[in-house]
Amino acid sequence: MTAAQYEQFSNYAVASATGILALAFVAYVAQWGFARKIAPDRELVTAGGAGEAPTAEDTASERSDVAGGIGFSLTGLAWLVLLAGVIARGLSAERVPWGNMYEFGCAATLMALTAYIVLVRMWAIDWVGPIITGFGTVVLGLSALVFVPPGPLVPALHSYWLVIHVLGAMISGSAFLVGAAASVLYLVKARAERTTPEEDRVGFLWRIPPSAKIDQVAYRVHAFAFPIWTFAALIAGPIWAQYAWGRYWGWDPKEVWAFITWVVYAGYLHARATAGWKGKAAAIIALIGFATFVFNFVGINLFVSGMHSYAK
Amino acid sequence: MSSNAVPSLGRREFTRWFWRQLTSMRTALFLLLLLAIAAVPGSLVPQRGVDARAVEAYFLDHPKSAPTLDKLGFFSVYTSPWFSAVYLLLMISLIGCIVPRSFVYLRALRARPPKAPRNFSRLPASASFETSASVDEVVAAGRRTLGRARVDVVEGEPGTAEVSAERGFLREAGNLVFHISVVVVLVGVAVGTLFGYRGSAIVTEGQGFSNSLTQYDEFGSGSLFKADQLPPFSLKLDTFTAKFQPLGSQQAGAPRLFRAQGTYTAKPGAGERTFDITVNHPLEINGTSVFLVGQGYAPVLKVTDANGEVVFNEPVPFLPNDPSYTSTGVVKVPDAEPEQLGFQGFFLPTAASGANGASISVYPAAANPLLGLFVWHGDLGLDGGTPQSVYILDKSKMKQYMNGDKGYRVSLQPGQSQKLPNGGTIEFTGLKQFARFQISSSPGVQVPLIGIIAGLLGLVTSLTIKPRRTWIRARRDGSRTVVDVAVLDRVPRDDLPADLDDFLERFREALGETEEKAR
Repeated sequence: MTAAQYEQFSNYAVASATGILALAFVAYVAQWGFARKIAPDRELVTAGGAGEAPTAEDTASERSDVAGGIGFSLTGLAWLVLLAGVIARGLSAERVPWGNMYEFGCAATLMALTAYIVLVRMWAIDWVGPIITGFGTVVLGLSALVFVPPGPLVPALHSYWLVIHVLGAMISGSAFLVGAAASVLYLVKARAERTTPEEDRVGFLWRIPPSAKIDQVAYRVHAFAFPIWTFAALIAGPIWAQYAWGRYWGWDPKEVWAFITWVVYAGYLHARATAGWKGKAAAIIALIGFATFVFNFVGINLFVSGMHSYAK
Repeated sequence: MSSNAVPSLGRREFTRWFWRQLTSMRTALFLLLLLAIAAVPGSLVPQRGVDARAVEAYFLDHPKSAPTLDKLGFFSVYTSPWFSAVYLLLMISLIGCIVPRSFVYLRALRARPPKAPRNFSRLPASASFETSASVDEVVAAGRRTLGRARVDVVEGEPGTAEVSAERGFLREAGNLVFHISVVVVLVGVAVGTLFGYRGSAIVTEGQGFSNSLTQYDEFGSGSLFKADQLPPFSLKLDTFTAKFQPLGSQQAGAPRLFRAQGTYTAKPGAGERTFDITVNHPLEINGTSVFLVGQGYAPVLKVTDANGEVVFNEPVPFLPNDPSYTSTGVVKVPDAEPEQLGFQGFFLPTAASGANGASISVYPAAANPLLGLFVWHGDLGLDGGTPQSVYILDKSKMKQYMNGDKGYRVSLQPGQSQKLPNGGTIEFTGLKQFARFQISSSPGVQVPLIGIIAGLLGLVTSLTIKPRRTWIRARRDGSRTVVDVAVLDRVPRDDLPADLDDFLERFREALGETEEKAR
């Protein structure tokens, strides 16, 4: 195929992946919706009570499970199509497919879906599905707004550090997303556990693990992401900046916000070990950390000019 | 923990109280978050150390707020007193945390595992089972299963024994390494800043640069740097290559390659060597790096004065203002008779007519070069003794040549010449390119690098290693031995029961039995 054909294929693939991911989001929302009246232990009861006539709750439970299955399958399909799109983009431009904001949006979403799928297999965290697919759909959709045709890179990006530095940022960013999603659900669930009396505990929220378990997932994901972010933002970035711009740290807006993200997540790790900050406060700090990461990608790219201005 | 109320105490007690507050985790956390907030303004308002021209532009755009912001240090946030205060407090808090913890850790390294608690069932995970093996066999199997842990065995009354084990000491070591390395990085950065220097210089094709203060356009150095420490190298730029995405293609005009080639000598008398500097590939000369950070055009101008003398004949760098290299510049001709001449105007590498009839540059490569200048005559003000920027024309003692009510305008393409109003001519004889080099040295740049890498390793260690205490109690009961096992993690984790099951399985395997189930 020629570069132009690859480009066209990539564009169709990214657009299709966006649509499929949106459907996955709908399916995940349906999974929660169908289960809104079901008590958490319903499944166990029916499993034991063979021969009983299926009740409305059983049907709803079944529907919820089917919707969840469809959600995960569609997420997998979106991942596959997006993978093809990102690879085709790279083939079209003849370089790594993360040289501008559009490409970073696509590649980072691909990475986030990868992280999600892997973690669903490892720790069965499909309960963050709606957040991940919803967020991914939004990122892919907004990326289309900053679309640029594939082309060669500006000279400052002619470096293998582009592969290392940006890949690190994408991997840690994906884990930060999963961590943020888990933190949101932790806050919701922990609040529900405090305020909801035992008999009112119906709905999908009570089918997901208890808040302590969610907190553990959030911590592990963050503990994985933080060292990688340290490497990407505070080691690989400065080394590259030293070669490209003659200084390893220059308080460029993107550097400032990378530093802020790092500091906030360092705060999160400390908060989890500090009395009075554990739990709710720590989860909120994690969400602030993710907000600074997203702002660095969107706000700084679009509204602040600096040496990292590769948005267009 | 320390209380938050300020007690009414003497100075000594107050100092102690203050120190405890400062070094508490809560304060460190607060300072950390404060540092993040304090860093924000520097990304939203231009910074002097990053882009001094943008700061000047900000003053023009916001004449009311800018002076106030300036007083508050918003244009140099990262050297401002309040930002420094936050990070210095954080440093002190950090050191106040590291030092005592290091001593505690050193003591803990020599300490023996704590004795088994009486009641195992109060611990987060415990189990017991019976075996036909003897107490000694149980102890031996337990030691094997515990692997590389620190183990103490206490023989109690006949027929009983207790095993205490502790492992995961490296977690705290990693933690300490990480925090110490943060200090090392900050000190390394400070040293590099104090002893380092950074400057930039514009060098036109065919011209040279020698590393002394007078040759720099901009220069900044740390307070402990001495100008005579500048390494005495010199370089000459032969050719500069700039490639842009071709017109008509997508992203036309996007830069693709910048390359500066020429020769340099490391010190006077040393041999001449060639260099080839591109973005991302600086030239290293004895600890100093020469980076290519910018480029532009330098039209070669030949000025003949009213007497027919050639009074100026050299390339003049015009500084680019936008991605299409619409450039502005100044030509000073002090030797012109009867009056000195000054030119100010623009250079467009690819000129085209804009919407309002004005010429604009539409492409960064020199496809259709056009030079447009206004002309002044009088006194350039060069003899006053105060140094002048070569890029600014001091018009205070000069008069502009007029053409009706508009300024007289010189408009030239390469090879063209134009008569000047007082007689004399200006000729655009050719076009050269210039490179803007940044020349910098930050001594000990490896210190923060090694520091942060060590910090990362420490961080990973502290986040992955589980510090765990395990106790085994064996008691002979008739022909059987009752074995109780308990585990405690210093950092609570949810996988403790699963880990205990796994441990028991390996333990019982080591005892040579698998059939009996743990209670």
